[in-house]
Amino acid sequence: MNVRFLSAGDRALVVEFGDRADRALSERVLRLDAVIRANAPNGLVETVPTFRSLMVYYDPLVTGHTELEQAITSLLDRGDNPGAHTTLWRVPACYEGKYAPDLAEVAQLTRLTPAEVVTLHSSTRFHVYMLGFLPGFPYMGDLPEPLALPRRANPRVRVPAGSVSIATSLTAIYPYESPGGWHLIGATPIRLFDPERARPALFAPGDAVVFDPIDSASFASIERAVENRNYVVESTPVAA
Amino acid sequence: MIAGLKVLTPGLQTTVQDLGRIGHQAIGVPVSGALDGFSLRLANALAGNPQGAAALEILLSGPTFEIVADSARVALVGTGANLSIRDMQPRMIPAGQSTMLRRGEVFEVGVGAQSACCYLAVEGGIAVPLVLGSASTYVRARLGGLHGRPLQKEDVVPLAMARASERRETRMPVPLPATREQPIRVVLGPQQEYFMPEAVTALLSAEFLVSREADRMGIRLEGPPLRHCGGWDIISDAIATGSIQVPGSGQPIVLLADHQTTGGYPKIATVVSADLPAIARCRPGDKLRFVAVAAEAAENLCRQAEHRFAELVAAIEPLAEPSAIKHALLFDENLISGVVSGLE
Repeated sequence: MNVRFLSAGDRALVVEFGDRADRALSERVLRLDAVIRANAPNGLVETVPTFRSLMVYYDPLVTGHTELEQAITSLLDRGDNPGAHTTLWRVPACYEGKYAPDLAEVAQLTRLTPAEVVTLHSSTRFHVYMLGFLPGFPYMGDLPEPLALPRRANPRVRVPAGSVSIATSLTAIYPYESPGGWHLIGATPIRLFDPERARPALFAPGDAVVFDPIDSASFASIERAVENRNYVVESTPVAA
Repeated sequence: MIAGLKVLTPGLQTTVQDLGRIGHQAIGVPVSGALDGFSLRLANALAGNPQGAAALEILLSGPTFEIVADSARVALVGTGANLSIRDMQPRMIPAGQSTMLRRGEVFEVGVGAQSACCYLAVEGGIAVPLVLGSASTYVRARLGGLHGRPLQKEDVVPLAMARASERRETRMPVPLPATREQPIRVVLGPQQEYFMPEAVTALLSAEFLVSREADRMGIRLEGPPLRHCGGWDIISDAIATGSIQVPGSGQPIVLLADHQTTGGYPKIATVVSADLPAIARCRPGDKLRFVAVAAEAAENLCRQAEHRFAELVAAIEPLAEPSAIKHALLFDENLISGVVSGLE
């Protein structure tokens, strides 16, 4: 398996598989991540899988990048890397009214009707490439080709928590209110990140996500249930 | 009644920090923790705490507290910083030593003009709940610290000990060695190939000014633009603390404790971990130069810095007379503050 090792200072090493965001590279990144976690090399601190590379953090008081590269190379050469257990999540999303401030504009830009945008988005099974930007923020793809748009020219100062958004070939959900430049086509009442949970982030890299359209009344009732910690997001295990 | 430090004035940005929230970057949680972990550890050592105990990080302008405990032993570490105690007998305690304060005493932290940050440790530590294993405050997601935000007027910072232990005060016997004039050491990469060769030359030869756009996420530098050779958009990947990321403007940003775990700008180099405290101490208007070292050398610098730190802690000695001030602890360096916002 050809990879490049790049130094990111004296505490991190990048294992780079390629320079594109695609499913095949993502699967390789996630497989190596699982193998490294299962066989924690000496001095390993943590790992961060991204679209096409794996960041490996280490403690320079315990190991060095040369030793770590050797350890990782030997793990790469294992033919029988176990695939990680993943989950398919069904995420309720309201694509109406105030929950979808950019839907009309997206429809215009993509020369589709708003209903077609919603149908395309909610009929796609997305792959969680990585989490980043904010705690629990999932980068998911790939969007159907007709929905691909650049980021907004004028980013918003405040994107509401729960916003379902699209940009480039990706879709995401904002776990917290934050600035943001993606197009907001819907919103979900579920909580993507909660430090009180055993698994604080709802999704893990490698998981699959499908959006289920709901109306604003359902949004309100689910929102209340979430508030009372009385709502479980529908999920099913996926064989590796 | 809760033992604590009552906040009379909060300062510009005072937060509870420890050595960070390790092990959760894969789910998008920044490490956070002290910008200058070296000073936090030293403050804890002076206060008699484990080095990684939660303490207060104070940026640019200092808070004022009233002791609402029987007594509390505090220790401040920061170049040129001091505590001024308002009492029947007002007095000034320089950074670099511990001191015991009694109920009702009011003290102000002076950050001084030499460093952007200083650290106030209290014997026994600060009693806030750990979130994902850390007391560190990450404001953006309201994690950790006191209600996930900087201190506000009227807050009471809860202390683990209601009364200081009976013991001699401690101090640093020597000022720390000055390094202010030395360039900041970096390891090139991981994306230096996204830049024109002249950009790497400029990074390693030009002088950069610390701008006002600085906060716990990072500090933006002003200098010759570092030109990319292709686009400045990369496929988002992970960011290490100390990464020097260069957006389209060509003006570099050094990413610090609260940086996003991932980002989409090329990173021309990474500041070595041994020099992160020096970067953290930079104040707007300070000037910086960079010099490249190999990754092996950077790892050795880290080991040497740790060795020197251990020697420094071993040199902590009892204060001869309770109120004697022989040395102000003078860190030589510089420091930070501002607003570098990330976007998605």
